[in-house]
Amino acid sequence: MADLNITILLASIVAGAAPIVLAALGETITEKAGVINLSLDGSILLSAMVAFAFTYQSRSLLLGFLGGAAAGAVVAAIVGAFSIYLGQSQVAVGFVLTLTARDLAYFFGNPFSRLYGPHVSPLPIPLLHKIPFLGSVLFYHSVPVYLSILFIGVCWWFLYRTPEGLRLRAVGENPPAAYARGTHTKRTQMLYTVVGGLMVGLAGATFSLCTKPGWGRPQGAEGTGWIVLAIVIFGGWHPAKVALGAYLFAFLQVMGIQFQGWWPSVPAQVFQVAPFPLMIFALVLMYMAQQRPLHLTEGAPSVFHRVVRRLSGSAPAALGKPFHPE
Amino acid sequence: MGQSALMLLGVFCLTTCILMIAGAPPFAAFYHFFVGAFGSWNKFAQVLMTWIPLTLCACGLVFTFRIGLWNIGIEGQVVAGAVSATAVLRVGVGSEMAGVFIILAFMAGIVGGAVWAAISGILRTRCGVNEIFAGLGLNFVALGITLWLIFGPWKRPGVASMSGTEPFPPSLWLPHIPALRLSPVGLAVVLIVLIGAGWVLTDTRLGLALKGIGSNPKAAYLHGLKTGRYMLYAMALAGGCAGLAGTFQVTGVYHRLIPSISSNYGYLALLVVMLANYRVWATPGIAFFFACLNIGSIQLPMMLKLDSSLSGIIQGTLVLGFLLVHGWRKRLQSGKQ
Repeated sequence: MADLNITILLASIVAGAAPIVLAALGETITEKAGVINLSLDGSILLSAMVAFAFTYQSRSLLLGFLGGAAAGAVVAAIVGAFSIYLGQSQVAVGFVLTLTARDLAYFFGNPFSRLYGPHVSPLPIPLLHKIPFLGSVLFYHSVPVYLSILFIGVCWWFLYRTPEGLRLRAVGENPPAAYARGTHTKRTQMLYTVVGGLMVGLAGATFSLCTKPGWGRPQGAEGTGWIVLAIVIFGGWHPAKVALGAYLFAFLQVMGIQFQGWWPSVPAQVFQVAPFPLMIFALVLMYMAQQRPLHLTEGAPSVFHRVVRRLSGSAPAALGKPFHPE
Repeated sequence: MGQSALMLLGVFCLTTCILMIAGAPPFAAFYHFFVGAFGSWNKFAQVLMTWIPLTLCACGLVFTFRIGLWNIGIEGQVVAGAVSATAVLRVGVGSEMAGVFIILAFMAGIVGGAVWAAISGILRTRCGVNEIFAGLGLNFVALGITLWLIFGPWKRPGVASMSGTEPFPPSLWLPHIPALRLSPVGLAVVLIVLIGAGWVLTDTRLGLALKGIGSNPKAAYLHGLKTGRYMLYAMALAGGCAGLAGTFQVTGVYHRLIPSISSNYGYLALLVVMLANYRVWATPGIAFFFACLNIGSIQLPMMLKLDSSLSGIIQGTLVLGFLLVHGWRKRLQSGKQ
């Protein structure tokens, strides 16, 4: 425990959480508009592969990030088109795409596996990185990491402080009302499904160009998409809480590596699956907190209850239920 | 019929495009697919040995789909079945009554899968966790348990490795035709499960209840059907089938517990059932086609330096194509009205 440096620990959490934050914010936007993009686990891998392949071929990191974002957007667009315009189950399409996008990534990524390619190098922010403690934790990272932090605020501001964000939420909560007010519900849902997909694509690119540079089978990002989907529920569809969930998860991952050092006899894979039961546990906790409305329970609510209730939120009312105006 | 032929043609063209983009000769790839699956009796037997667990999982999934549940946890249920079966078989090593232990292993496998599925079911009905996340989380937990067992308590004497536990003696293998490595018992089990599933779904009160809840949960509840309890029944039935598949993987195919014991058949079975439009009688044919693709793709990395995930791409695009055709038809119909 003694060799655990808090500054390095926090800095590695901020860096490690970057792709998860990006993907979770993207999915939050999509789900706020009422669409579930279940394909994250596949589309993160596909965009990671595309980003690495593009960067490797062109030696341009920018092109890599653009390619990755485009890949994420294309997968999201398929989910959107199938569910919004063709009336197919979002879960079904999303699940099929999870598997197909992953297989596409492995198939086309085969020639690029285990190659050493360019990756993003840290870019300390002038002056700010010299602040003791905070400087090394927050301002000594690469561009995608700054972007992930920036997007938390941008997402919140967009969703809760702009007219366009209000329209987006209206479509997710009450599509008939939004439609009656003159919002093009289908077009809005499609737009934000694709925007969310772009961010998921950026997350994938961040994986293969920054967090875990390179491509291989397995890449190391497997399973993250599912965690991200759970984090969005855990965060109650609120950008700030979702980001908090992502940082918590990154903390667990870092601690997993620490624990591994303490118990070398336990295989590494066991620690890698540890977040999943915790995810189930967190979801159960959220549900229990929702079950007992405060004004109905007798006496003062416990501190635990209050904390969990404050943390959780409710799903957009029309999530996963496509609306078809006559 | 015409539509499915058209869809197959579409997927065929798309696969050709994918192969050309990857810079591989398309027709050589298709040739290797065909030879890989039908090149010899041995290979065909291998296809059947893949078909067995895939169909078992698909049969189970029909129950959960019928009641409107997305049993993604089937993958973990296969693993749970395999682990329980291995536990029983380990006791049977060196025993005189090997046959008894094989039967016990099958029973343990069914129970293991059903219990694992029931956990997802309880999480869904009592704790408000969506069955997709519950199932998925439990899949990873099952994988973790398997790895822990292989590297810990059940490790091979000497060195523990990803190659799995110590292989069982041949007396504990499922009886098979030696020349083909094909197990007639497995085929018989699949037939029984298929007929049983079809019977339960169409001719029993349970089947009717599942269908009723699946198509209108509120109405079924008002009618006095206990939705939560039937959800658990459906999950347990699906888990039992999956556990059977897991046991078959242990006793019939690998003869030991390996980390990837489920071979992704659970996830693949979800695609099979979707493509079968959730009908039980259509699953064996589609499962057979998928099994051919899986076995056919094994040769690709060696012969053409292509990743074997090509089979998964074909399977996935087939289901996507099916959903597309389905949705398009719905759109046309609503346009006409």
